[in-house]
Amino acid sequence: MKADPKGVMTGAYFIDGDHACAEGAIAAGCRFVAGYPITPSTEVVERIAERFPLIGGMFIQMEDEIASSIAIQGGVWAGKKAMTVTSGPGFSLMMEHLGLAAMTETPCVFVDVQRAGPSTGLPTLPAQGDMMQARWGSHGDYAIIALCPNSPQESFNLTIKAFNLAEQYRVPVLLMLDECVGHMTERVVIPPADQIEITPRRYWEGPKEDLLLFKADKDLVPPMVKAGDGYNIHVTGLTHDERGYPDMTPAAQEKLVRRLVDKIRLNADAIVEYKEDQVEGAEIVVVSYGITSRVAIPAIEQARAEGMKVGHLRLITAWPFPTKRIRELSTTVRGFVVPEINFGQMVREVERWVAGRARVRLVPHGGGSVHDPKDIYAAIAYVGKG
Amino acid sequence: MTEETMDTDISLPTNRVEDFLRMERLPHIWCPGCGIGTTVNCFAHALDASGLDLKKVAIVSGIGCTGRVAGYMKLDSFHTTHGRAIPFATGLKLANPELKVVVYSGDGDLTAIGGNHFIHAARRNVNMTVILINNFIYGMTGGQVAPTTPIGATASTAPYGNFEEPFNLPYLAESCGAVYVARWTSFHVRHATKAIKDALLKKGFSFVEIMAPCPTLYSRRNRLGDGLDQMKFYRDNSEIQNGADTKTVGLSFQGKIVVGKFVDKEKPTYLESMNAFYAQKLGDQFTPYKG
Repeated sequence: MKADPKGVMTGAYFIDGDHACAEGAIAAGCRFVAGYPITPSTEVVERIAERFPLIGGMFIQMEDEIASSIAIQGGVWAGKKAMTVTSGPGFSLMMEHLGLAAMTETPCVFVDVQRAGPSTGLPTLPAQGDMMQARWGSHGDYAIIALCPNSPQESFNLTIKAFNLAEQYRVPVLLMLDECVGHMTERVVIPPADQIEITPRRYWEGPKEDLLLFKADKDLVPPMVKAGDGYNIHVTGLTHDERGYPDMTPAAQEKLVRRLVDKIRLNADAIVEYKEDQVEGAEIVVVSYGITSRVAIPAIEQARAEGMKVGHLRLITAWPFPTKRIRELSTTVRGFVVPEINFGQMVREVERWVAGRARVRLVPHGGGSVHDPKDIYAAIAYVGKG
Repeated sequence: MTEETMDTDISLPTNRVEDFLRMERLPHIWCPGCGIGTTVNCFAHALDASGLDLKKVAIVSGIGCTGRVAGYMKLDSFHTTHGRAIPFATGLKLANPELKVVVYSGDGDLTAIGGNHFIHAARRNVNMTVILINNFIYGMTGGQVAPTTPIGATASTAPYGNFEEPFNLPYLAESCGAVYVARWTSFHVRHATKAIKDALLKKGFSFVEIMAPCPTLYSRRNRLGDGLDQMKFYRDNSEIQNGADTKTVGLSFQGKIVVGKFVDKEKPTYLESMNAFYAQKLGDQFTPYKG
């Protein structure tokens, strides 16, 4: 279906990635946002707070991030599309409810505008240190989807995509900005509403008495309903059966959690998105995401100018990770260079799928700024010689 | 607030509780002599008496013995995380104001780990009913000390007795802004039923505390006998003081229990305040929030 024109601010704007995220959420049909102020994500909720009273949305500033991350789930079960927004310390507080959303298959969006940590770290400065937390931060096993925009325009586009994926797979989707993308101001084009594709909630359409809220369709995704429609649904964070009733057995655990993981793993081909530049025939591939994908460009261009065959693979979905593509490339390239603003997170995933078939060189950065492209160039040159 | 006569004439001609329960989930997990089941009975009768459209009633629980109530009610029911029933309920209610949202959970869940959410929901006057079953202990995890454990009572993590000042819950609720506050015990089934019914029909943040025995962990450890002995204690030591100043209704170990309806006042709810405020500030630009 197409976006509701009410709230879609069609036009060209000069705005930052945080504001673009807010507009993306509105265009995606989000009408419930709960948040708690934290730098460098606050501009998202500030814009939402200003815009929602004009378009019939509900914004509430909760007492903390724990509350925000579960209030949105109440909002979803009441029928809204809902989002919360935070940064590092708040993201840590939200982890239990990321798990709740995964376990109860509550479609919602968590935005994390990453800053340097651990702990309070560098509140106003960038990092990409929450990438593994996004995947594994809540206890137990589950799967999520995480997207990494590298510009304000993509922040707008991928926020819409995050809502669409959340609905399609009944899963929490994480939008992993970094402080640079969040605060970078660029041209953002918001298309007319009739050019914005929206995935509606997959409401149960069968006979009322036949509903099983946690019985999956062929694509491993169960149907949704909302409170107040007379289904007497039960939703619990306990291990549950297809009715949603607690079932404290290893068999129920195996069935449920395997499906929660498989619904993303087995649909990964449809979910995974990345962009390639001159990867075919490359000897060295730079794998990057977020702001680092832009910082890597001068390094890649310099290496190419010197005759090296360098490709660039930019992750748009960090999770699920493009495992097939990395494995495939690992048989043809000499090596991979992975710059990221942390001491080695997504590089572990690259190494896992390369499995020793090619060299993998991390270009670490502790956070607080972006890489010097010279360091990325040096890593490309090093792998090229090896 | 003036003294008023409680109308306790709620007739219970037949046991219609089954209509409100997920019978396929019984037997429940609660111990013999536990008071939680009694409060569920009261809740079912209160729902019946309230005349509310049950399709539009949702119940939210946290974690713990009382946290299991949501799972037994034949309503839209949500069993959330420990301490977070209230913020989930806040989202549910604000996203669909047509729903009557009830939070049903225990003293540890709502006032220890969930204390921050409790005070803020009361402050905002979010339109919801909070039913808190106070058994003075963490039952599910084996009888640990709680923010409600009276001074002198022992618990598994207070083996020599509790020395911390416990919460006076009606006072806490009132001071944070609750518009309806009552306390009863699981002995006072008719009063408790009436209080729940009134709370369900009250506009704004309504709060009902119901004391209930935990014979397995609280009573046994403190040598207070079984569930029936606790019910006798409630009968013999409760004093109905409707309209009592909530400052004065704190509980002590096996001391006098002041019960009654303490607060019943009118105040605009969160959504009423929001809509009125924005309508005045933004005029025609405002799109009134309807959920």
